[in-house]
Amino acid sequence: MLTSHAEVLSPRTLQEALALKASHPETVALAGGTDLMVLIEANKLDPSRVLNLWGVAELRGLDAQDGWIRLGALTTWTELIQSPLLASHAPALVEAARTCGAAQIRNRGTLGGNLANASPAGDSLPPLLALDAVVELGSAKRGLRRVPIERFFLGYRKTALERDELITAIYLPARVEGDETFFRKVGTRRAQSISKLSFCGRVRRQGGQVTLARLAFGALGPVPLRAHTVEVALEGGPVRPQLAELLLNDIRPIADVRSTAEYRQRVAVNVLRGWLETLAG
Amino acid sequence: MAQLIGESIGRVDGPAKVSGRALYVDDLHVPGCYYGATVRSIHAHALIRGITLNLDYDWSDVVVVTSVDIPGENVIALMTDDQPALAEQVVRHVTEPIALVAAPTREKALEAARNVRVEYQPLPALIDMTRSQSEDPRIFGRDNVFKKLELRLGDVKAVQGGVLIEGEYNVGHQEQLYIEPQGVLAVPREDGGVTILGSLQCPYYVVKALTRVLGHDKLNVVQAATGGGFGGKEEYPSMLAAHAALLANRAGRPVKMIYRRDEDLRATTKRHPARVKLSTRVDESGRLLSLDADVLMDGGAYNTLSPVVISRAALHVSGPYRWETAHVRAAVVATHSPPNGAFRGFGAPQAMFAVERHLDKIARTLSIDPVELRRMNLLREGDLTVTGQVVKAPGGLLALDAALAAADDAPLPPLSPIPGGGGDAARRLPGRGVSVVFHGCGFTGNGEAKIKSKVILELFGERVRVLTGSTDIGQGTDTIFPQIVASILDIPLSWVEMAPHDTAIVPDSGPTVASRTAMVVGGVVDAAARKLHAALQAEAKRPAPFAELARARRARAPLRVEAQHQPDPTLRWDDERYIGDAYPTYAWMATVVDLAVDIDTGEVTYRRLITATDIGFALNPVLATGQIEGGALQALGWATFEEVVTDGKGLMLNDRLTNYIIPTAADAPEMVTLLIENPYAGGPFGAKGLGEIPMDGPAAAVAQAIEAATGAVLNRLPMTPERVLEATP
Repeated sequence: MLTSHAEVLSPRTLQEALALKASHPETVALAGGTDLMVLIEANKLDPSRVLNLWGVAELRGLDAQDGWIRLGALTTWTELIQSPLLASHAPALVEAARTCGAAQIRNRGTLGGNLANASPAGDSLPPLLALDAVVELGSAKRGLRRVPIERFFLGYRKTALERDELITAIYLPARVEGDETFFRKVGTRRAQSISKLSFCGRVRRQGGQVTLARLAFGALGPVPLRAHTVEVALEGGPVRPQLAELLLNDIRPIADVRSTAEYRQRVAVNVLRGWLETLAG
Repeated sequence: MAQLIGESIGRVDGPAKVSGRALYVDDLHVPGCYYGATVRSIHAHALIRGITLNLDYDWSDVVVVTSVDIPGENVIALMTDDQPALAEQVVRHVTEPIALVAAPTREKALEAARNVRVEYQPLPALIDMTRSQSEDPRIFGRDNVFKKLELRLGDVKAVQGGVLIEGEYNVGHQEQLYIEPQGVLAVPREDGGVTILGSLQCPYYVVKALTRVLGHDKLNVVQAATGGGFGGKEEYPSMLAAHAALLANRAGRPVKMIYRRDEDLRATTKRHPARVKLSTRVDESGRLLSLDADVLMDGGAYNTLSPVVISRAALHVSGPYRWETAHVRAAVVATHSPPNGAFRGFGAPQAMFAVERHLDKIARTLSIDPVELRRMNLLREGDLTVTGQVVKAPGGLLALDAALAAADDAPLPPLSPIPGGGGDAARRLPGRGVSVVFHGCGFTGNGEAKIKSKVILELFGERVRVLTGSTDIGQGTDTIFPQIVASILDIPLSWVEMAPHDTAIVPDSGPTVASRTAMVVGGVVDAAARKLHAALQAEAKRPAPFAELARARRARAPLRVEAQHQPDPTLRWDDERYIGDAYPTYAWMATVVDLAVDIDTGEVTYRRLITATDIGFALNPVLATGQIEGGALQALGWATFEEVVTDGKGLMLNDRLTNYIIPTAADAPEMVTLLIENPYAGGPFGAKGLGEIPMDGPAAAVAQAIEAATGAVLNRLPMTPERVLEATP
């Protein structure tokens, strides 16, 4: 049984929400609650005040604007899966959404919550990194600012969010013709699982040459990360699967109750090489 | 009238459970009830220097109990009297109960428990079972051995020819993971006694334990609707009921104790980890000449049921095969870990994994097909088991042939994509594995003769009431007992009802364990029904169908008969030397599993699991199938998913369902479940026990399939992707 004595503030507009966050900066933001409720139940968090964002309409919605896809921070996993727009522009993100939790979790869990929680195993994070997403943050005093996703994660469960800020939206660049993407979650089982590691790759090729490579991994360290060494090596030539071995320059996997550091390292290389082999044909 | 027995009648408890009307213990609301919580040891081994209360905390509405408050003996009586209800001077494992608190709300109780301070003096702890017999400290007896046994068939030393093949096999803990955590409600009675309502398997075990703790027998135990047990609610409810009763006694009001999942995972019993060393000689053709087996199990800090678990392991480590000679040594030892206990299979799964993997090693060494090796050595009519039992109507070959035929019959289902990418079939290698197992039904040796299970039937009006201490924990006996009665008496099923499983009214039918309830107690139900018909004819002084006489009956008082289990008088068992008829009969099962191994990640995708099981007779085919499929999935969990991760003190670290991983429906293969009816004359309508055998076979078949797919030879469970990848050449 779950009990919390927290005071719940339920703003109806973004302006109200940002004002409340500014006047009560210690307040924990509540979106779908799929992470918060687990922490409270496990006695790891006992908030005195909660900012319930669920009724803020401006944080919802999913649409295309000027070459970008805007996803409101409250966009749920289910909405990601059901969106025709994302099916054509960000299939890897849709694939990641499908692997998240169970139906009930996907109906409540949100993209903004996944970012704010900043678990390195967050299912959306490798696709957002590989797709060069931009996170929009809002505060009552300073208005809106945009942060590239790679600069959003500062350390283990630490983000660029200031104490008076809320995540308002996530922007994805529209898909460029010829981009190929791949997502793979290596979890503990086929459903309701947390990642041992996850991978999202994107390459753009012109005339057989890689002109852009984005390789992002989750659950390998304190923050989701990009494999810059391999990306640089891939760009400017044909797809060479053996470059996957260079990944060891980019990652220092951790060990925990879900898996070992050795396994994560070896499988990260295998999964990357497997995809590169498929691309190389 | 309808032929009831052998029909797939839906579970009588099904509608109430599906609609949410069934009352589990946490659904029982009693006015004035307090909630209990437990103060547990944080050390594996320590002296308790003192227990004090934080005086800054408000204790005005809190009740506290320590060992000094126990009115009777401080013991949870089961086989031996080594386990206290609450630790006194010493704690012997992490999570051992030290003190209890009860308060008006659950939150207050948990908070109060955190304000009880225990001062410890830590002592050296022994966690590694392989060092238990050789090193200090002593935990149990003189040598830390709960039970040691040895059995011999012929003289293994006399066999010197053939090829010597040796192997070592290791298996880890497994959690029962009943869907409903442990829970008990203790309600004081007006006569000064106490009523226990709980989620439990064996109400009379709780009566026996509580009588000692409370120092009186003014008590009755009632089974509430129970969300699974799998052995996990065989012995532990005695501990929890003792705690709730002590608190209720002290508070003078009802006390409810419901474990949270994490507490349940950390503190309650699990399957025994085991190490099995096998040294065998076989001739060039694959004939099994000698078996030398050394089985070691980790019992944890207290005896619980470990001696019986090791006995079943010793009796199954031969596998369902004919060995010309055998020497089995088995020991279960003490460590400073939370005690291990009963879990579906009860020692047999550990032994069976070892011997089935060893047969694969023999096949590999001699370049014989592993299925052919099994076929040539399976026990046949008149063969001797390793205890010298003459095998009658064995079902091993029947099961193997049926399972293989089914595997050849239908094409494999397509390889489903891994959710979240990795759908590339070229990067997944297919493999098939086969295993054959047997499982002794009912208690070992003279066990059933000692228990003398009883069942009472009562007739009043057009109603027959079945009174039995055997509980339905999801396996369906509250459905099949009425089916048996209705079939024998040729009356509608609606005439038959089960009495509540309340020890105030039902007789002791023996514990609900050991694949015995349908076969042994079902047999007593069958006999009781015949006795009731005879009694009714005697009363009416004329022979006639039961229904006719029941309708014509005018007497007001219920007609009541009691029947008792009559063991087969031809069975012979020497419990000192472990010679003779170890079990009244055996169930047999063959498994064919098809899977694919991802070469990049070592992940296993299950495609199809075919089982063929000789269960004697299917009293209710859909329930029998459900038992086998559920058990088989639990076995697949043990095979590749479930790993209890502990720290150096024996404390379970992955104590949540997010990281103690059991398979979901998405992980389950297509299942083809074949029931083979090879009747056993001693069971009702020919039925044998089937509850445990599905746990025995799948893990070894999976290991063989992974080896076929990748070349990885795995002799340790669970075969996690980490281990598969590491072992892949």
